Amino acid sequence: MIELIGVKKGFEGKTVLDDISSVMEAGKTNLIIGTSGSGKTVLMKCMVGLFDIDGGEILYNKVNFFTMAEKDRKEIRKEIGMLFQGTALFDSMTVEQNIMFPLEMFSDLSLRDKKKRVDFCLDRVNLKGANKKFPAEISGGMKKRVGIARSIVLNPKYLFCDEPNSGLDPQTSMVIDKLIHELTVEYNITTVINTHDMNSVMEIGDNILYLYQGHKQWEGNRKEIIYSKDEKLNSFIFASEFLQDAKQMRQMEMEGKNTGTPPEDRP
Amino acid sequence: MLLTHFGRYLLMLKGMFSRPENWRMYWKQFMKQCVDIGVGSLGIVLIISIFIGGVSTIQTAYQLVSPLIPKSTIAQVVRDSMILEFAPTITCIVLAGVVGSKIASELGNMRVSEQIDALEIMGINTKGYLIMPKILAALLVIPMLVAISGFVGIWAGKVAGEFSGILSSGDYMMGLVQEFKGYNIFFALTKAYTFAFIIASISSYFGYYVKGGALEIGQASTKAVVVSCVFILLADYGLAALLLA
Repeated sequence: MIELIGVKKGFEGKTVLDDISSVMEAGKTNLIIGTSGSGKTVLMKCMVGLFDIDGGEILYNKVNFFTMAEKDRKEIRKEIGMLFQGTALFDSMTVEQNIMFPLEMFSDLSLRDKKKRVDFCLDRVNLKGANKKFPAEISGGMKKRVGIARSIVLNPKYLFCDEPNSGLDPQTSMVIDKLIHELTVEYNITTVINTHDMNSVMEIGDNILYLYQGHKQWEGNRKEIIYSKDEKLNSFIFASEFLQDAKQMRQMEMEGKNTGTPPEDRP
Repeated sequence: MLLTHFGRYLLMLKGMFSRPENWRMYWKQFMKQCVDIGVGSLGIVLIISIFIGGVSTIQTAYQLVSPLIPKSTIAQVVRDSMILEFAPTITCIVLAGVVGSKIASELGNMRVSEQIDALEIMGINTKGYLIMPKILAALLVIPMLVAISGFVGIWAGKVAGEFSGILSSGDYMMGLVQEFKGYNIFFALTKAYTFAFIIASISSYFGYYVKGGALEIGQASTKAVVVSCVFILLADYGLAALLLA
């Protein structure tokens, strides 16, 4: 579990995050949503310790990440897996070497066992047989899946995904979302995802934190978001007519009134 | 501004010193860097050394016109020029271009594509894992390249002298051993170690702290080469004043 208590962060006098509090539970997919520049990525980088915070606390299982000894912080970091927006795979290494890297650095397993673990992770992300390929030789969706495989190879307790769907077609996005959600539930991981993708919000958002200009504007789950009266949230989430229609359909579906006909044809 | 850079550079060097997460991985990285810096630069070092040695012989002979000066003096001049200046300084200036730009662009690309962040999140000391092996490899390999450059340059001077009929092989070999000072080798190696540290650390600094994209990586590479060259020349003068004057 990760707790954010009054987190503040600014750059050169400009406040980027102001008093953000939230609880992100294990086994749930926690989404951070918001417009570009709302502070999502900064918040995530603060959570993983890439940025120091100016105020507040970030607790990993009730322990303050920023006041603990460097040695303990390193130990927490070994329990963190992160999927970057651009995947951050090591270009000069093959898929297998990329996934094996954390194992080589932090485990005492034999080469045979490491390879077995890599094969298991590749199989888990449906990339069996891609071991010897280089990142430049695979598609964007495959890179994301390799990134996920690398993130889970050490059995992390915390998984961070920065815009996992960016640059992917809707179908591949859904595959990635489903995969992350399955892994979260299967291994009881505390997963935090930064996303713009409304499909992700509606399908896998167990806990959704909406940031607006560095403030926490709204928090709830994918069911509550449908009925939210928050104007800023609604204008962000249901920006297009299509999405408003989808919202209405989802509301009716949840109320058991789905007639199977589009909203404009309904009486 | 200059002080900020200097302070950050010192902090970067300080940050390298921590217990490696895995000695074997650090060793692997060190060996990789030795190969990249050493083998990767050997070709260009050989080419410039051959030509510098050959040209030194011909130009020295051109200037020593007095019949009172023995021909073997040409070999002495070529030997001392190669050992004292050409092998360490010219080689290292070329290496600042070859190795420095490679280090800066490699680290810059890793920074921009978030690979360094990925390593940090895994709990790896990126300064220790990425920069330390580069500096240690440079300290091991660049003096070797300087030594090779000195030998090859002196040998090329002999070949050029013989080939152009300036002096015989016997005269050249006689000149090489006349008034040879072992201290010059010590001086050349001191320069080589100093320049190696300058090249690897300054280039790493500019690459590691890149912000932006492809354009900024290019700019960082250029800065790394220019600043390394300037510091090599400053150190060259400083060491000469300190150890030879």
